[in-house]
Amino acid sequence: MDKRPMPHDTALLRVDNLKVYFQSDGERARAVDGISFEVRQRETVCIVGESGCGKTVSALSILGLIPSPPGEIVDGEILFSGQNLLKLDEKAMQKIRGNQIAMVFQEPLTSLNPVFTIGDQLGEAVRTHKYMDTEALKRYMIQLLSDVGIPSPEQRLSDYPHQLSGGQRQRVMIAMALSCDPDLMIADEPTTALDVTVQAQILELLRSIQQKRSMSILYISHDLGVVSAIAHRIYVMYAGIMAEQGNADQIFRSPRHPYTQGLLASLPDLSKRGKRLYSIPGSVPNPAYKPKGCPFHPRCPHAILTCRKEYPKMCDYGHGHLARCPVLYEKIVHSK
Amino acid sequence: MTPEKEHINTPDYIEAPSAPKHTRMQEFGRMLGQNRLAAIGFFIFLLFFCCAVTGLVLTSGSKPVFDPAMIRLEEKLRPPLSKPNLKALRPDQVPVFNIYLMGTDDLGRDVFARMLQGAWVSLTVGFVAVGISVFIGIFMGGIAGYFGQHHIKTIHILFFLCLMGGTGLILINAVFAGTALLLLCLSTIVFSLSARERSAEEKPSALKALFLGNAVSVDTLIMRIVDIMLCFPSFFLILTVVALLPASIYNIMIVIGLTSWMGTTRFVRAEFLSLREQDFVAAAKALGIGNFRIIFRHIMPNAVAPVLVSATIGIASAILTEAGLSFLGFGVPPPHATWGNILSDGKNFIFDAPWLTFIPGIAILIVVLSFNLFGEGLRDILNPKLRERH
Repeated sequence: MDKRPMPHDTALLRVDNLKVYFQSDGERARAVDGISFEVRQRETVCIVGESGCGKTVSALSILGLIPSPPGEIVDGEILFSGQNLLKLDEKAMQKIRGNQIAMVFQEPLTSLNPVFTIGDQLGEAVRTHKYMDTEALKRYMIQLLSDVGIPSPEQRLSDYPHQLSGGQRQRVMIAMALSCDPDLMIADEPTTALDVTVQAQILELLRSIQQKRSMSILYISHDLGVVSAIAHRIYVMYAGIMAEQGNADQIFRSPRHPYTQGLLASLPDLSKRGKRLYSIPGSVPNPAYKPKGCPFHPRCPHAILTCRKEYPKMCDYGHGHLARCPVLYEKIVHSK
Repeated sequence: MTPEKEHINTPDYIEAPSAPKHTRMQEFGRMLGQNRLAAIGFFIFLLFFCCAVTGLVLTSGSKPVFDPAMIRLEEKLRPPLSKPNLKALRPDQVPVFNIYLMGTDDLGRDVFARMLQGAWVSLTVGFVAVGISVFIGIFMGGIAGYFGQHHIKTIHILFFLCLMGGTGLILINAVFAGTALLLLCLSTIVFSLSARERSAEEKPSALKALFLGNAVSVDTLIMRIVDIMLCFPSFFLILTVVALLPASIYNIMIVIGLTSWMGTTRFVRAEFLSLREQDFVAAAKALGIGNFRIIFRHIMPNAVAPVLVSATIGIASAILTEAGLSFLGFGVPPPHATWGNILSDGKNFIFDAPWLTFIPGIAILIVVLSFNLFGEGLRDILNPKLRERH
């Protein structure tokens, strides 16, 4: 049985045509180049893509944490429960960060401050947005730590980060993110630095927390295996654009973008034992010198002349499944 | 059931932490024990601290145990450990224990009492001056390191200069010119506000581009101020300032503090440049914690090691500077004893009464040396890369 909790239909977060450019040495790197996506209430949305395709940049721009200079949000809208986050000033953003949108980072080893105890840091996270007296705060912190499955949480409060293992540190980070009951949790590759068994535990934890607290999760990953385990809907990013979007079934069973197809074909699989693993030829374009037209065309097996000239349209396959490849769309519609 | 027992039921697949549990203080004590010179320095520092505090208690009040100001002209220039001539003295003039531990000076004052009083001066000058310099240094360094890339507009610099100039002129009774400058400063605010409202629609004119353009980055501004301050020969700067100000121990502390914060600023900035890119800073931002809280509460404790080292050595140099000033006669005014002015009083009698120069000289040497040794040791202890040397 599918353990994923049922999402609601209303959008909690909607990102519209977001463009984030980085300026360096006169070059303009278009890290995120017009992406749109939405996260509904109680939904787990995954953004998949390889390193440098703009996943983390889009996550950071939701929180308004793009370092500027050199970064700049050039265009777009980020609507979070009705208000445009890009129009808010720093003070208002600080109220949203941690309180309504929380973030878990990739490296649990360096995301905790080495000179403070777990209790100090967790307490800081709580006190930033809530008022609590010392006793209540301690009880609340112990509750949080046991919620994320840390054994003997009372003793852990006086530990320093270097005394915990990687998995435990990530659990502490998740506890910090949960501390103010956010509506949306952004998890930026939270399991990349962990080994596979701990990864499975963390994913299970995220799923159970989501069920208990009815919050949405925006999960950013490059790992299709992880994504298939937790996602309701998936967005595939390539070189700063959205290549394909759809629910987990649509993406994994019938990918409609050559890049997604390539990614899935390059997954190791028992049936392909003994054969060479497929890999997409070429490499990711430099964001400062992206090819004209479709950014994927130099590596695409289906590329035709128009791919080099025209920026591809989103093609709708129905049921929320969209892919930015008109060439495949033509082929599929014709064959039907 | 106790709350601890409840949590034993948490899943058992989670590994228990295995790192050894040493608190930082235990670790620190162990390292200090290994570094013998630093330990000696630390010990002397503690001894000096105790002496200064007891000295303050014993030499102050209306009828102190050791009276540093008691003049006994019959007993002048007695060598250390000599007995007082009881027949010549009134009973209240007889020193405690019936002995001049460190002799007497040219006015027959007990040098031991004066040294005790001077120890407290040296201690407070060292700590207060370094406290001021560390405070300024951390603040400036933190701002330069954390906000370094941000730019300051020309108009803001103009505003600041007008404000400072205006208040300064009013303070020295040039009310008319001062008010004019303050009005100018007000007009810059109006100008920048009006420009901000309109900037969205129209292209800025050349004049506006000049005033509202980015002039310098915060980092450049602060670090160039540091460079300028470092260019002054600071001892002569202090001499000039002290000559202008009324002679008092507090003025000396403040002046020494205000002229020695540059090193700390550089250290703190260097630490911040690397620390601000750390993930825990991003995590703190993502929790909605404000910038100044991140600087002083989250990053600063990570950057404190080099500051501590430079502060320890700074105390030594502040004590030395104070002694130098007192020796030259610009320091603490005469009736009050400091090590510097005991030394300077004694230099006229160096052949007749060498203890008057040697005792304060050696005291200064030992205290400054102990602070330097302790500071060096602290650097080795706090910097893991240097630990292997010993």
